[in-house]
Amino acid sequence: MELNQLTAHELLVRLKSGSVASEAVQEALYARIEKVDSKINAYVRRADFRKNDAVNKKQGLLFSLPVTVKDNICTEGLNTECCSKILAGFCPPYEATVISKLKKAGAEIFPLKANMDEFAFGSSTENSCFGPTHNPWNLGCVPGGSSGGSAAAVAADEAIWALGSDTGGSIRQPASFCGVVGLKPTYGRVSRFGLIAFASSLDQIGPITKDVEDAAILTQAISGYDPNDSTSVDQDVPDYLKSLTKDIKGLRVGIPKEYFVEGMDSEVKSVIEQAVNKLKTLGASVKEVSLPHTEYAVPVYYIIATAEASSNLARFDGVQYGYRAKSDNLIEMYKRTRAEGFGDEAKRRIILGTFALSHGYYDAYYLRALKVRTLIKQDFDRVFAEFDCIAAPTSPTPAFKLGERASEPLKMYLSDIYTISVNLAGIPAISIPCGFTKDKLPVGLQIMAGSFNEEMLFRVAHTFEQNTEWHKIKSSL
Amino acid sequence: MAIDNETIRHVAHLARIDLQAKELERLHVQLHEILGFIDKISNLNIEDVLPASHILPISNVLREDIPHTSLTPERALENAPSKKGNFFSVPKIIE
Repeated sequence: MELNQLTAHELLVRLKSGSVASEAVQEALYARIEKVDSKINAYVRRADFRKNDAVNKKQGLLFSLPVTVKDNICTEGLNTECCSKILAGFCPPYEATVISKLKKAGAEIFPLKANMDEFAFGSSTENSCFGPTHNPWNLGCVPGGSSGGSAAAVAADEAIWALGSDTGGSIRQPASFCGVVGLKPTYGRVSRFGLIAFASSLDQIGPITKDVEDAAILTQAISGYDPNDSTSVDQDVPDYLKSLTKDIKGLRVGIPKEYFVEGMDSEVKSVIEQAVNKLKTLGASVKEVSLPHTEYAVPVYYIIATAEASSNLARFDGVQYGYRAKSDNLIEMYKRTRAEGFGDEAKRRIILGTFALSHGYYDAYYLRALKVRTLIKQDFDRVFAEFDCIAAPTSPTPAFKLGERASEPLKMYLSDIYTISVNLAGIPAISIPCGFTKDKLPVGLQIMAGSFNEEMLFRVAHTFEQNTEWHKIKSSL
Repeated sequence: MAIDNETIRHVAHLARIDLQAKELERLHVQLHEILGFIDKISNLNIEDVLPASHILPISNVLREDIPHTSLTPERALENAPSKKGNFFSVPKIIE
């Protein structure tokens, strides 16, 4: 096996013993990118890219192992453009807390950034100003989104592991579509300082990796309180590797009946049912549960997320950074900068969010949505009072064809139907490979747990993974 | 709830986005469909439910007011599309 095909924990063993040099890992990645990324487009701005000549020999836990970073996480000295024309040329004068933490742990930040839907608005990575990313399992399909570049890079062995961000499923859904592991941590677990904000009450940064152990290592490295993010929680970070016990005997797993309804692909359904049976075989006690407000999650999300986005994106006005349209009049300059700088989906969401917050509509939309959000959270609280975790599909379908939903925003929004509630409730969830469709497209199993119970996710996901072979199957790219 | 072109134009102005006639037409159709779907939440009886203004039980996060170094003006202005001295430069606001 080539070095770029190994998992991070496999490489760490070799780096520690000295049998592999960190430069060799980077070289293997560059060679792979050179070979396949013209087809995948997982990385952006490849043309202006300069290799890291000298890999800093760093000690620490992560031994100069490179981490791929989504284009919305600020990396000092490395452009961070959210795959949007309006941030063209933006080179952050500071770095995100997750980046500082990774460097402190000894990791190397990979000098190419991962493709994404503009400002993380999308479920397919088609809304990128750098063109879409293609799914390594089928180049005619989308990789999911918005962290499609991160997921495709990991799946195609163009990255050892990666960071994504998840506001409504943007880590888990692409992980599911690309056959890799993706985790959204609990709201408040990981600092968002330096993550270019989309919806501040929902956004979390998390890992996309080749297996669960890597996800545990990377989550460990980025978690923890940060005074620069007032929503991060001052609570000790457990040793997540201790959760990899390979034992789920007696765990109570809930299966939400509302997730197995109309609109679900029949092949996905049968793959998920087999996965649930596997959990039973491994000793879990599986029972149907109800999350009665599930059907309201997508509408609530598209009010709250767009409202927050419309406010967060007000800062992109051509004054402090990025693109500016020429005009002698200030208001005209704002309006033209934003008209020319934002893509269609960004405009749609800003306008929808502005509408939901505007005079006369606030009570009917935004306030109502906040109330229904309470009900969705209470649904989960009730289930977690009796169950250790919930198992469900990550997405109702496998990866869909490029272009298939691009002109139908509502259809695209419904791709997030199984992932959105988790963000609204603030709880953590992981997607792991659990099988394939007849057309060889990966299917993801989603596991959810109560707030700050990432340990449960690692325990269940790792046990499932170590008793199956799905995570070892690579695309024939 | 129905949304008309006039409302979209007004909201786009509030959001400081210039819309082309074609974009407005397309948005009208799409927003109509999206709002029709979102209106689902109007059927719920939620009189007595408290809004989830924050999902974690933390409030009034304060910090000590300790002086610390910040970005220098030069660093802060590095990405400015236009600047004059230590300032961002914009089109004239006052005649």
